[in-house]
Amino acid sequence: MPEVKYRPNIGAPRTPANEEPAEERARDFRPVDTGYTKADAIAEANRCLDCKKPLCMEGCPVGVHIPQFIEKIREEDWAGALSTIKADNLLPSVCGRVCPQENQCEGKCILGKKGDPVAIGQLERMLGDMADEVGEAPECKPANGHKVAIVGSGPSGIACAGELAREGFDVTVFEAFFTGGGVLTYGIPEFRLPKAIVKREIEGLEQLGVHFEYNSVAGRLFDAEELFEEGFDALYLAVGAGLPRFLHVKGENLPGVYCANEYLTRTNLMKAYEFPVYDTPIRHGKNVVVFGGGNVAMDAARTALRLGAEKVTLAYRRTEAEMPARRAEIHHAKEEGVEILELCNPLRFLPGPDGFVSTIELQRMELGEPDASGRRRPIPVEGSEFAIPCDVAITAIGTRANPFAKLCADVELNRWGLIETDEEGRTSNPKVWAGGDIVTGAATVILAMGAGKTAAASIKKTILGE
Amino acid sequence: MYKILKKTQFSENVFEFRVHAPRMAKKAHAGQFLMVRINETGERVPFTFANWNPEEGWIEFIFMVIGKTTECLSKLEEGDEIQDITGPLGKPTEIEGDSVAVIGGGVGLAIAYPVARMLCEQGKKVYVIMGARTKDLLILFEQFAALPLEELFVTTDDGSMGEKGVVTLPLARLCETDSIDSAFAVGPVPMMKFSARTCREHKIPIVASLNPIMVDGTGMCGCCRVEVGGETMFACVDGPDFNADLVDWDDLAHRQASYRAEEAVSKKQYEEDCACQK
Repeated sequence: MPEVKYRPNIGAPRTPANEEPAEERARDFRPVDTGYTKADAIAEANRCLDCKKPLCMEGCPVGVHIPQFIEKIREEDWAGALSTIKADNLLPSVCGRVCPQENQCEGKCILGKKGDPVAIGQLERMLGDMADEVGEAPECKPANGHKVAIVGSGPSGIACAGELAREGFDVTVFEAFFTGGGVLTYGIPEFRLPKAIVKREIEGLEQLGVHFEYNSVAGRLFDAEELFEEGFDALYLAVGAGLPRFLHVKGENLPGVYCANEYLTRTNLMKAYEFPVYDTPIRHGKNVVVFGGGNVAMDAARTALRLGAEKVTLAYRRTEAEMPARRAEIHHAKEEGVEILELCNPLRFLPGPDGFVSTIELQRMELGEPDASGRRRPIPVEGSEFAIPCDVAITAIGTRANPFAKLCADVELNRWGLIETDEEGRTSNPKVWAGGDIVTGAATVILAMGAGKTAAASIKKTILGE
Repeated sequence: MYKILKKTQFSENVFEFRVHAPRMAKKAHAGQFLMVRINETGERVPFTFANWNPEEGWIEFIFMVIGKTTECLSKLEEGDEIQDITGPLGKPTEIEGDSVAVIGGGVGLAIAYPVARMLCEQGKKVYVIMGARTKDLLILFEQFAALPLEELFVTTDDGSMGEKGVVTLPLARLCETDSIDSAFAVGPVPMMKFSARTCREHKIPIVASLNPIMVDGTGMCGCCRVEVGGETMFACVDGPDFNADLVDWDDLAHRQASYRAEEAVSKKQYEEDCACQK
């Protein structure tokens, strides 16, 4: 039969996302975006130009074969499409939801030069979510008799675990919490990444033979040397970013002032939004102010709305244009009613008669010359102090290095306390690799996964001598 | 799951569990803590190790019934299982000096005991000051009395046992007679605060084991932050022991009270649920 040449549907608009109305979704924890239908996916797949030199792939930190899986969608070969993705990325349901596609695959898509790029993220997540339907059964190479320990079950740890398990390694993941997923579980809210999906991805790894040991605090319960004595041949440290940073202004320890990590952990991991069915409480503010401009700040602000806040203000010391958060997250937050207060910095938190925070004093800022990050430096405007009411304040201004890395293994750290590695993830200790936020500082899920995948390849090469 | 091997009741509201946890038993040190989540809907609550046995593979912790979680715990019996226990967490206690006063108040006595035992094992001269509101709340007296101490002092607020008054009375005497080089205190915030003040007057270094509210216990969430010498420290990874002279006690007390209202809601709901089941 002669091959029919594919002709893309040139000029077709990008298939819109199926988002719940902002005013309805902002009041509960249901998913914001319900995802593409099969018909949506096929329509969108028909927009792909199937470029000879696919720039989208260059934009993917884990090198997913994007035109190939899109072609399989057009052919309605759902199982084939999913296995094409999974060859490079074991967590499509997660990445399709949380990757900053606009800076990666979609950011490079040639269609984006004049119009909207192909919705690669939507297609990816849709396929990932079809895993049960298509009955996808990943294949593993026969056991090779080598054991690898992984510390941390966040995106980097599980990406590394999956790669190694498929190569026939006996992999054990040690996790300090009672459940897996790391930041996917405690950090990213249910409405953006349902926990059932994280659970399913972890179960998928268990089916590949990966063992998960929960309540296992590396560096306290065991260290690298003990793991090697127990027969592990290599260790991958993916302990994640650590201690949150604080503003260091007066009143920051008042009850009602949270750091985003705590606010989100209480809500996502401990399900405080279902208190008192779940035992962990959280303060429900009427007037919530969030400090920061990253994705974590957006998650905290949107969570506050869902916990019943009447007004949520996001205060940032630069302008919206300089916010490091994904544009889509800023858009979603504003659409749901989060108000952005640009160019101001907190001076102090003041308590009310009940001892809880009740007022924040702020100072106006203006933008000066660009700083080391390339963004214009905020400079305080003298005499511009003003106050706003607030009964819950949340700081989301980044993290410092995780102190458990050095307790766990004798590896070289840099001056920020992050682990020094080469491009393969090797540390100064020949049996220890590291990757994710403990190497890069706080970054994205996909970069952490990419590091896990790179380290897995290096571990395989080192142990098997291939 | 972590099986309860033994349950001991010290008083109406104070219990001790011995739990099967072989790996933890090998790694526990005096001053470190563990975090318990009773079941799927439970909160994570820190308790300090009271005792541990690496050969037999168990750890022990003591708790006082205060809110819903401790109430639920107290209803568990030998043979029952606790869903999650994580530890050991925090830094082990290290006390300088050859002659040390160990001060424990209320349920803090459960933390003071393994510290006193460790200091005795290190060959130090150990004075213990036990404090409680009343005789019935003074736990572990026999255990403390069995240690090779220099002296054991007991104070109760109502005078029902030992000296009537607070722990700073015998502490001041020890300071005044140059009997101690250093001190360790654990208990309610006012007790630690005034112990620190007494020691400061006599230029005796004092370490306190702090007990702020925690969620993750591994330095990730910042809930347990405390102000020590003007710096923000995390009790879970930088502590729980700190130089008591530098701790901002009022700040700690405020933060400990952050969820009083919710704790009451949770307890009331639990009691109603229990009443329904009867």
